[in-house]
Amino acid sequence: MNIDKKIADDLVANDVSFVTTVPCKQLAGVIEEVEARKEIFHIPANKEDEGMGLCAGAHMGGKRPMIIMQNTAIGVTINTLATLTQYYRMPLPMLISYRGELREPVACQVEMAVHTKALLAQMNIPTYHFHWQKDVEEFDNILKYTFMCNKPVAILTDANFWGGYGDQ
Amino acid sequence: MIRSEILREIAPILNPHLVVCNIGLPSQELHMIDDNERNFYMLGTMGLSSSIGLGLALAQDKTVISIDGDGSVLTNLGTLPTIANNVADNFILLIIDNGSYGSTGDQPTYAGKKTKLEAVAAACGCENVVTCQDVDTGKALQAAIDSKKMTVIVSKCDSGNIKLPVITMDPVVIKHRFMQAVAS
Ligand SMILES: Cc1ncc(C[n+]2csc(CCOP(=O)(O)OP(=O)(O)O)c2C)c(N)n1
Ligand SMILES: [Mg+2]
Repeated sequence: MNIDKKIADDLVANDVSFVTTVPCKQLAGVIEEVEARKEIFHIPANKEDEGMGLCAGAHMGGKRPMIIMQNTAIGVTINTLATLTQYYRMPLPMLISYRGELREPVACQVEMAVHTKALLAQMNIPTYHFHWQKDVEEFDNILKYTFMCNKPVAILTDANFWGGYGDQ
Repeated sequence: MIRSEILREIAPILNPHLVVCNIGLPSQELHMIDDNERNFYMLGTMGLSSSIGLGLALAQDKTVISIDGDGSVLTNLGTLPTIANNVADNFILLIIDNGSYGSTGDQPTYAGKKTKLEAVAAACGCENVVTCQDVDTGKALQAAIDSKKMTVIVSKCDSGNIKLPVITMDPVVIKHRFMQAVAS
């Protein structure tokens, strides 16, 4: 199964047509796939809170948005999640590469990884964790759930899910 | 002129259009001067007025005017390259540059010192950047609307605030009526 293609297929099937991204090595394939889909407007952001602002505007303009980012960005976006996305009740699927988890080669990434689930729990953000490739089968239901409840929802995707780091 | 005087003067020009208004006193002032369903008031999230406005402009066809502040643009400077590289000709970013963090008591910003936001915007690739004095803001705004070209306006004005109450409207109500106006 090609998980990048499956994720993009689910986005299109759920009418998610406005996607903002800040790259992570693990996300390179899915970002490329999103960029290639004509049904999706891809707008790279310089910082993840900026991206959430773009998504808020797109939502109010009638589009279904999504953000693709690294888990370190949870540290950047708490205020925006609380005072914009949650306060105004906006739906926002967040596809998050979960760095610093199993098969992580870069020690510094573990420092935000240990806070990631605690911060999301503190924010009452529904959180899913994809560890195996087959977990991607839930993505479609998570998108439907997000636009049903009008909340930010986190999908943490670790290195094992993306197939590790090869020989690193 | 101070910000509230500019807003009073341009309120009739803003009125028919979708307006995303910055946190703090700008939203409180616009709410007092001309509250209507086409205004989206930010109650928090300093810095994102331009991003919300751009996202909205890219998602639909109506004209969108983001009212921003110099301090807020400085806090989200990454917005200017994103605006420059994702042209939405129905988008106007109006930066009310009073050279200070007005809403928190007029502490000076770097925009009031050496930094020129109009030069930053141009360097970021924004193609239509207009600098004007406070008294000419209405003229510049109307010209930008009529041009149907994405425009960044930097309006230079004085620091200073008036006393007025906070917005007590519920955020979900603000969003709901705004989305109805967007869809109408
Ligand atoms: C993250 C964050 N830091 C600080 C504040 C406090 N704050 C609210 S409005 C504001 C000033 C904004 O200045 P500017 O954008 O120039 O607008 P002005 O009030 O001058 O029109 C500040 C510092 C905040 N709301 N959020
Ligand atoms: Mg200011």
